[in-house]
Amino acid sequence: MTDHVVFDGRSLPMVPGQSVAAVLLAAGIRSWRTTRVFGRPRGLFCGIGVCFDCLVTVNGTASVRACVTEARPGDVISRAV
Amino acid sequence: MAGAAAAAGAGLSVVVVDFADRPGGQYFRHRSVHPTVARLLADVRFLAGHRVFAISAGFVVHTQIQQVRADAVLIATGAHDRQVPFPGWDLPGVFAAGGAQALVKGHGVLPGRRIVVAGTGPFLLPVAAGLVGAGASVVGVFEANDPARFVRFPGLLARHPGKLVEAARYLAVLARHRVPLRTRHCVVAAHGDDELSAVTVARVDRSWRPVPGTARRISCDTLAVGCGFTPQVELGLALGCASRLAADGGLVLTVDDRQATSVPGVYAAGEVTGVGGYRLAMASGALAGLAVAGRSSARLVRSRARHSAFAAALPLVYPVPDGWISGLAGDTIVCRCEEVRFDAIRAAVELGVQDARAVKLLTRAGMGWCQGRICGQSVASMTGTPPAADALAAMAWRTLAQPVLLGDLAAMEGERE
Repeated sequence: MTDHVVFDGRSLPMVPGQSVAAVLLAAGIRSWRTTRVFGRPRGLFCGIGVCFDCLVTVNGTASVRACVTEARPGDVISRAV
Repeated sequence: MAGAAAAAGAGLSVVVVDFADRPGGQYFRHRSVHPTVARLLADVRFLAGHRVFAISAGFVVHTQIQQVRADAVLIATGAHDRQVPFPGWDLPGVFAAGGAQALVKGHGVLPGRRIVVAGTGPFLLPVAAGLVGAGASVVGVFEANDPARFVRFPGLLARHPGKLVEAARYLAVLARHRVPLRTRHCVVAAHGDDELSAVTVARVDRSWRPVPGTARRISCDTLAVGCGFTPQVELGLALGCASRLAADGGLVLTVDDRQATSVPGVYAAGEVTGVGGYRLAMASGALAGLAVAGRSSARLVRSRARHSAFAAALPLVYPVPDGWISGLAGDTIVCRCEEVRFDAIRAAVELGVQDARAVKLLTRAGMGWCQGRICGQSVASMTGTPPAADALAAMAWRTLAQPVLLGDLAAMEGERE
């Protein structure tokens, strides 16, 4: 029985220890945010928590860096507002 | 970790305040705790997931969870991949080389299927080999410089045979999987509508200017790119530590032979004192830990000297010259966070703006979430090449090293300074 998280209403499999970004990328999701000025898609870039491209909302907490946030079973993940 | 272990070994009470959930930094990035890491941290109190946003005098280390008091502080905040902008680098599918490696090593996930690795520096080899080893199709590795320059340092590789063996191992992995490796080649543009679908690669001269007629398009869904490393010096700068330009043009904290900074009680080790890889970091870290306890070690001093000598050659073999600026289009994003395009920065410079801080104030470059970590050195290069230490410091200065919620601040029992 694999663990899952919910992203935008979809159930995605996760492996304990993976970051939220890793879970999204493993599911083929490469962008989950659009930029403020030009509306361009962004996903993971630096992968280590310094660039802030990968911001996502986790369990209602906004502006979470997906690449340095561990995914937990049952997490509800949604696009950054 | 080496500093913590050395200090603890010398009888001091040590707390490691680590941003990450697991110890090991960027290098020991394994799914479970590496034995070396476990051994080093055996006598140390380890605070995981604690993000230091400030250190105040005296010292108080402020994190989003709690504050930690200390008589001395050792700053070992490491470095992140250095990037230079190019058209399309902001497309999903373009990753920092270190980020691509972190995904594979730390999370067991491939960043994509058809991968190009590019940039400069010896780090590209383990990144490419790791991706290939994890089952990715790496369609090419493009090194902008020419590692044959090592011949200018006769004896260096002979004195560091381990480096040669390591490089040979990675090259063998790439050869076995028939991954083409090209030197003096750069990715000059990334293409795609809403995600990466191809890159343009070209031969470049010593200044990294593309050679006409050599451009070719390679279809790929992933680009792992990096041009060396930028040390994360903001905590030291905020404490008032002196900084200087390192040989690679980056800003580092100045330390003496005891790894002490210019501020009494503040020590620094690892990449923040100069990019040099994990062996140098282990030696300088251990020396810093011993120094806090008033001790030293001749063996470690020799080790630090050895590895420093190798590190000193790297910026000469793998420089980052400013020819990349000529490859920018007016609409190339330079500051990713604030989406500041090259034409905005060029306009500011043409207005007569001479320093990086003024460019930042006029264009907002460096004012976004990452606070100039990714674009700072590039923006400073556009106002004067090579950028001076104070230009880099202006872009590297951050009052808060990490974002912190007002609620977390309010919840802390504080003592008014």
